[in-house]
Formats: sequence, structure tokens, C-alpha cells
Amino acid sequence: MRTSRSAARIRSARIAETVAKSILGTATMIALGIAVFLIGYLAYRGMGYVSWEFLTQAPRKAMTEGGIYPVIVGTVWLTAWTAFFALPFGIMAGIYLAEYSPRNRANRIIRIAIANMAGVPSIVYGLFGVALFVLQMGLGRSIIAGSLTLACMTLPVIITVTEEALRQIPRDLRQASLALGATKLRTIRKVVLPAAAPGIVTGSILALSRAAGETAPILFTAVAFFAPIADSPFDETMALPYHMYIMATSATKPAPQMVWGTAFVLVAGVSLINVVVASWRARQRRKIRW
Amino acid sequence: MIAASGWLAIVILAAIAIFLFFNATRSFEEVGLWKMVSGEFWYPTSDPAQYGFLPSEAGSLWVTIVGLVVCVPLGVMSAIYISEFASRRFKDIAKSLIEFMAAIPSVVFGLIGLALLVPWTQKLFNLDTGLTAFSAGVMIGILTLPTIVSIAEDAMHAVPQDLRMGSLALGNTRWQTAYKVIVPAASSGIFAAVMLGLGRAIGETMVVLMLAGNSGLIPSQPFVSARTLPGTIAGELGEVIQGGQHYSVLFAMGLVLFVVTFLVNLAADSVLERQRRRWRR
Amino acid sequence: MVERTQTDGAFELVDVSVSYGNEMAVGGVTMSIPEHAVTALIGPSGCGKSTLLRCLNRMNDELGDVTVDGTILLDGQDIYARTMDPVELRIRVGQVFQKPNPFPMSIYDNVAYGPRTHGLRGKAELDAVVEESLKRAALWNEVKDALKKHAFELSGGQQQRLCIARALATEPEVLLMDEPASALDPISTQQIEDTIAELKESVTIVIVTHNMQQAARISDRTAFMLRESMDRPATLIEIGETRMMFTNPGDKRTEAYITGRFG
Repeated sequence: MRTSRSAARIRSARIAETVAKSILGTATMIALGIAVFLIGYLAYRGMGYVSWEFLTQAPRKAMTEGGIYPVIVGTVWLTAWTAFFALPFGIMAGIYLAEYSPRNRANRIIRIAIANMAGVPSIVYGLFGVALFVLQMGLGRSIIAGSLTLACMTLPVIITVTEEALRQIPRDLRQASLALGATKLRTIRKVVLPAAAPGIVTGSILALSRAAGETAPILFTAVAFFAPIADSPFDETMALPYHMYIMATSATKPAPQMVWGTAFVLVAGVSLINVVVASWRARQRRKIRW
Repeated sequence: MIAASGWLAIVILAAIAIFLFFNATRSFEEVGLWKMVSGEFWYPTSDPAQYGFLPSEAGSLWVTIVGLVVCVPLGVMSAIYISEFASRRFKDIAKSLIEFMAAIPSVVFGLIGLALLVPWTQKLFNLDTGLTAFSAGVMIGILTLPTIVSIAEDAMHAVPQDLRMGSLALGNTRWQTAYKVIVPAASSGIFAAVMLGLGRAIGETMVVLMLAGNSGLIPSQPFVSARTLPGTIAGELGEVIQGGQHYSVLFAMGLVLFVVTFLVNLAADSVLERQRRRWRR
Repeated sequence: MVERTQTDGAFELVDVSVSYGNEMAVGGVTMSIPEHAVTALIGPSGCGKSTLLRCLNRMNDELGDVTVDGTILLDGQDIYARTMDPVELRIRVGQVFQKPNPFPMSIYDNVAYGPRTHGLRGKAELDAVVEESLKRAALWNEVKDALKKHAFELSGGQQQRLCIARALATEPEVLLMDEPASALDPISTQQIEDTIAELKESVTIVIVTHNMQQAARISDRTAFMLRESMDRPATLIEIGETRMMFTNPGDKRTEAYITGRFG
């Protein structure tokens, strides 16, 4: 043992550490470099096209000029209806899992189902949406059919964030309310849910912002190459991710602002929401400390 | 009502399977499941039509392999660095960048791939077209990177600090601690990260639709145009007669995709669950 | 078994202060820790005992944003000198933690972990080190037939003795123990204390404890630390022979703490 404690061995361990650290560090810098590059490249190609006119006017001259206002409105509608369908059920399911469901086999199966739902490919949701909402229920290609499809896809995320937010509420708080003679439902409604609200709201908005960027599920359930601003949720619509995709791949000579401007608006919108929500969350966290 | 919502996930998952199955029944009867899954030719519009999935399956395989080759080493190494070596400040910056990357819609990755990766691939490897399984695979690897980094990092973060300190106190360097204690202890979580990344790579649609080239031949290597399972569905569902044979075949393809990703995710989930139990002592 | 050379392991602390960020947690500690004896650090919780302990093997370095001022000499060598590698120091100064923290591997691999790291490869030699270490930690008789068993299958007390064996396997001169029995039942505590009594023949032991009876039972020297107000850092009140400290303390505050008037 004594001999093996020699300085040489420690030195070689240190050299191994330095080598490993620089390799791992390089890998990290590559990964982060890609992220930075993607952001920078999008801004470089798209930011210049974004103007007040681009955001507030309809496309003109076979989509070579004008703006993307109806496209933005379409995505907002799709996302709003998705929230309308997914939030109530998702939050209720989260409450069930965190507060009511017994820790048994049934619970385990529900968990497996939720985890697997999150892993179902988006195009499979698209197929499901066509089969059930568009055809079976006769909703046709419409905002409603698209939102229902997106809602199915977003549901597992909302369930998970709700459950996690609820689980972070200390047990004392629940017991204090129960000890005052409140029923379980009242305790959840008046004490637990308000305390967990920041987490639920943040997570849900992030999930919905992901849904707003999805293309494959709405490809055959909601969108059209060109559609005016929808009068009712049973109409077809345009949407940012699809608009960008179809302009980039189908148009013979895509107008750059339609492709890159749209891409930039989409990513900037999603990340703006992310940043706002994250900072709001951080402030809420400072306010309430367990 | 609340309890019923709890079961909703199972209901939807079952509904997906059922609807895929029933819409695919016509193809089972007229073409046959095995003939589709093992068929070598995809000529859905010729007469008689041939509906072999092998070109799509082989394409998906190549895209996934290339994707994993890109994202697994890069992702796992980054996760080890961020978890075990980075300063707190660097960790915060790295994590928010990774989160930002995860929030970029996949169609945008496709677009950037079209603008940069496709011409680069064509020039670099002197190909006829840059729309190849390789370009799609690389972009999918990049797209999957945030998933792998954040889940693998979480797994290593979940290893109790006690173990880290225990190893350091025995005179180990941080690197020795990382590869002898932390990585083995987090191995199941790291494995789950790779499996979830794999699931995403197989199921990702827009990137392959835009970058893989969607050719009809069975690719023997990644530097040729190829079609994939999700790409074929997304590319052709819009052009088929609803309820027709081709339509039904695409649902059968969806069912295959659903089953494969389901198995991959199930494996990842059971491994993650075991990991969770392990530290609950 | 490899011949164990006579080790030293005496610490000399001169005006040692520890700060977390801008806040000084421990201030101006000067004391000596003699070799081959048990020195106990006692005091109410939050008095910086564990912080001071972690200075002795530079584990504070790993916590980030901790600065240590003053001089700490191990056998006359400055352990915070630029030429001192913390890895080398920690081979000489082992640590046992408050909660048992065996690695998720077999009993054998846990004990062999340190020696393997430091280059011991031969199976016969490793076997010998593992057996010797487990014997010194008084665990050998209970596990000798089950060395391949996973460490998590042991009881809490056995796990802690395994951690002691793991620390001993690198043949440290000093063993730091941070409330090693606080998470254990009385019988396991007794076993750990017996182990400590035997170990001091061969290693210097510094033990942090909040249990005064324990300090009185096992230690040769006792140091009493106290943080008198939250505005000021914790300081060393006095250090001396354990027997003297518990029968005739030199300081009023020590007497008050020992007789249970506060803490």
C-alpha cells in the first residue's frame, strides 16, 4: 500500500482527470454550441423580416408578399382550443394521481399509460385524429379536430406537471386543513390547489407552447395551405408550423420572409412564453417557501 | 369525475390502438400483415399495388442509427460534465440553453436542415442529393440531444450526495468518482435516457419528411435517399382516398410504429421506475 | 498482510477560519490534535464542528464557495499548501459520514474500492486488505461468508462499520468521523464505540458528536465549540483532557453546556 501511495500514481490520476474533463467539456461545448448556433442562425435569417406589417397583414400575391396575420391567429385558436380540452381533464387526472389514487397495481398501470402516451409519435396522433375526430365524429378538417388531437398529445404532460406540483405541497398543510374539519375535496380546492397553482400553470403553459409548434398531428386534421381567418372552430385554418413547412417544401420559389420570418415568429413566440413563465414562476417561488 | 379523469390516459391509449387497428383491418385482409411488414417493394400506385414496409423500416433504422451515434455519446458526455464537473453558474446556463433547444419545434429543425445540412452533406460526400438518411439522422440526433442530456443529468443528480462525498473522501479524483460510482449508480437512468431518445428518434416525423428524401428503395447505407415509417405516413396520407386500401395500409404502418415505440418506451419506463425505487431507502 | 509502518497523524491548527461566501462560520480556531488518540469535537448544533472537521481533509473544497484561512499542519506539512493535492491528503485522512453511505456494490467491492483506486490489483493482496480492514472495523465475523452480498442488504449499523472498513482499507493516518452513530440504534452505537476504542491504537481519530456521554466514554481529548450569536462566527471555547473537561471545565460556558443548561 505504501508504495502505491506514491506521488506518481496520484499524478497519473490527476492527468487522467484532466484529459477526461477536457473531453467531456468539449462534448458539452459542442452541444451548447449547437444550441447557440441554432438560435443565432434563426435570428440571422428571420429577424429582419419581422415588422409590424408582417405580423398584422394577410399574405398577398399568392403568398409572396404581405404578412402572416391569419397564420398567427390560426395557431392562437388551435392552442386556445387545445387548452380548453386538455387542461380540465389533465388537471383532474393529476389531482386524482396525487391525492386519491391508492398506491397499487392499478395506479402503476395508469402511470405506465401516461408515460407511454407521452412517447407515442406525433404522426400516430395525427392518424388517430383523422380516424376518430375527422371521420368517425364527422368534425372534418377543422380547428376542433386539430385541437382535440393536440389535446390528446398534450394531456400526459399536463397530468405529470400537475401531479408533481401537488406532490411538492407539504403534508402538514393538508393535515392542518383536515384537522380543522375540512373535507378532503375542500382541502384540495381551498388549500392544496392554490398552493400548487404556480407549478401547474407554468407546466401547462409550457406544454401548450410545445403543442403550438407541432406539425404532424394537425397535418391532416386542421390545416390548409390557404384559409381565411376562421369564423367558427369547425373551419379549416392556417398555422405557423404548417405554413412554414409547406412554404419551405412545396412552393416553387418560396418567399424567404414567409419561411424564415414565420420560423422566427414561431420560435420567438414559444421562447418568449417560456421566458415569461419561467421568471413568473421564479418570483412565485420566492414568495412561497416551504 | 376526478377518478374518471385518472383513467383517461388508459382510455386514450386503448382508443389509439383500437382505431389504428380497425382502420387497418382492410389492409390485413387484402394484403396481409406479414406481407406488408416483410415486403420489399413500396409501389402503392402501380397496378397491382405493392405495399412492402421494408424500404421504410430500413430507412427508419438508418436514420435512427445515425441519430443515436450523434446524440448518445455527445449527450451522455455532456450530462456527466454538467452534473459532475461544471460550476453552479455554468450548470444554470447550460441547463437553460438545453431547455431552450428542447422548446424549438421539430419543423424548425427540418427547415434549418434543409438550408444547411442538406447542401453540406451533398458537397462533403460528393452525392447527387443531400436529401439522405444521413442528413435526417444527424438532425434527429441534434433534436434528441436535449432529451438525453436532461434525463441523464437528472439520473446522475439523483445519486445521493453522500456517495459522491464518500468516494472523494477516499482520495478519488472527481473523474474516478464519476466513472466508478456515479455513472454505475445512475446507469439505469442513463439507459432510460437513451431509450427515450430512441423512441423520439423512431417517431420523429417532420425532420425525416423534410430531409430524408423519401425514395422508394431499400437503403443499404445511410448516404442515399430513404423513406421512413413516419415520413411515409405523413407524406402520403394527404393523397389517399379515405377508407381505401392505401389509406388502410398507412394505418397498418402507424400500428407498427405505435407498437415499436410502445415497447421502447415501456422498457425505458420500467428501468426508470427501478431507479426511482433504488434511492428511496 | 503488508507491514504497516508507524504512522503519525497529528494536526496543528493555527488561527483557522472558515467562510461560506461572505459569511464567516468558524473563526480563529487554534488547537492541536495529538496522534493515536481520540479527539472529540462537541458543542450545540450549528456551532461549526462539522465545518471544522471537513477542513482536515479539505472536503470543504468540494462544496463550492467555501474559503479556509489560517494554517493547518498535518505532521508539520501545510495541507492547504499549493503543492498539496487534496487527493493525496484524503488518502492519508479518511472520513466516515453521519449517514452510512456504502456504494451500490458488493461488500467486498466497497472495501476494495480505495485500494483498487490507488493501484492495488493482485487478488491475494486485495483479499488480505479486505479481510484486515473488515476485522479492524469489527465486521469480519458477520460478513466473512457473504462478501459478495450487496452492501444495501446490511443493517444500518453494519453499513456504517462497512464504511469504516472502507475508509481503513486505504490505511489512513487519521480517521474523521462526523457523528457516525447518530443515525444508529443503541446496540449498533455500542459496537461503533468499541471499534473506535480499538482503532485508536493505530490511527488518529477526530470525532464530531452532539452526544456528550459518547464524548466522555470514547475520547481522550475534548474540544468545545460554540457560536454565541448569529452575528459572530463560532469559536473554540476550550480544549483539554476529556476527564478534566467533564469534571472540572475551565470555562463557565463549557460547564453550562456539559451540565445541560443549554444546547
